[in-house]
Amino acid sequence: MGERYRIAVENSEEQFHCSADTTLLVGMERAQNQALSVGCRGGGCGVCRIRVLRGEYERKRMSRAHVSEQEEQNGVALACRIMPRSDLLICADPSEHAKTSANQSDNNNA
Amino acid sequence: MRKGVMRPGHVQIRVLDVQEALAHYRDLLGLIEVETDSEGRVYLKGWTEVDKFSVVLREADAPGMDFMGFKVLDTTTLASLESALKENGIEVEEIPAGELNGCGRRLRFVAPSGHSFELYAEKEQTGKWGLSKVNPEAWPRDLKGMKATRFDHCLLYGTNIQQTYELFRDVLGFDLAEQVVDPEGNKAAVFLTASMKAHDVAFIDCPEPGKFHHASFFLETWEDVLRAADLITMTETSIDIGPTRHGLTHGKTIYFFDPSGNRNEVFCGGDYHYPDHEPVTWTVDQLGKAIFYHDRVLNERFLSVLT
Ligand code: FES
Ligand SMILES: [Fe+2]
Repeated sequence: MGERYRIAVENSEEQFHCSADTTLLVGMERAQNQALSVGCRGGGCGVCRIRVLRGEYERKRMSRAHVSEQEEQNGVALACRIMPRSDLLICADPSEHAKTSANQSDNNNA
Repeated sequence: MRKGVMRPGHVQIRVLDVQEALAHYRDLLGLIEVETDSEGRVYLKGWTEVDKFSVVLREADAPGMDFMGFKVLDTTTLASLESALKENGIEVEEIPAGELNGCGRRLRFVAPSGHSFELYAEKEQTGKWGLSKVNPEAWPRDLKGMKATRFDHCLLYGTNIQQTYELFRDVLGFDLAEQVVDPEGNKAAVFLTASMKAHDVAFIDCPEPGKFHHASFFLETWEDVLRAADLITMTETSIDIGPTRHGLTHGKTIYFFDPSGNRNEVFCGGDYHYPDHEPVTWTVDQLGKAIFYHDRVLNERFLSVLT
């Protein structure tokens, strides 16, 4: 097991701990926390997109359809593709694509 | 009326890391690794499939489906389908024989849903894997993982479902086996077949064109589906939902994700369709039950998690 870090969500009471060998999203699920939406867990769908406001992390490759190179340099990430290397402050920032489809799901459920 | 399209032949899937993906499709699903081509694309197949390959993995920076291919009866049929597509105003791109190793000339076109499809008449047939052609045993003994028997169908999300349905029906000769309709009679989902199966390809209406929901692989029994679920847990693979049953098609199923976030399904059983059958209809207000027959509600992911 890797070192454990504290992941805080901006403008909310939400926080959870995630170990260095686990992606943020899976760490969140294991901690029974629901701060972020869970999708594919593989960097493909964009529903777990976040902005990292503070802290260090390691990245795995993520879909360019949801995070551009520029955005990736500026701290945008898919929570299922990054692993913490320090405590982090994050905020949710779901991908536009994922939002379009999610809105449709609201309509269908209405 | 049937127009000589026989069956799904292949799907090319984009993945973020081809080695991770290979481990997933080969070791977990149990597909047979066939070969890697000069572009680095990896070819696989289910052990019961007679063709050389049915799944192609291509490394790319965004996951999803490149195209799905259907095999047609013969080269004459291919030529007549080519004219029919063009007469209907569909642009057809010709992919030369050998662009995929062992596959003949392919005709590629984009459906109104935004997805690329291909038709081809010839592909090398290497026979069922691990069995002799004469006096074959029941199954090969050295299969891995879920022992997926074949690539079965894709479910795709996209635009213009009615036009896409008409193209598949009128030009390609598919039948509407099952559907979901809204109160105005618009189709929210169409399950199309070129065979006796409840679906060879299915579409669900979505504001964004060309999205990939899942590629599905056939298992023989419910016990196999349960065992697939065990393997998903043992390998800490990303689960979506199941094991459960669909209302649509009545298949017994489990959904999960490959390491790049593309959804996979393995399933068994389900309805059959003859050309004289009325389509099976579900209404949009029963969509939850139509998709997940036991839960009777959609999980949030079903409509929004796509590649
Ligand atoms: S859950 Fe799909 S990209 Fe993270
Ligand atoms: Fe399916």
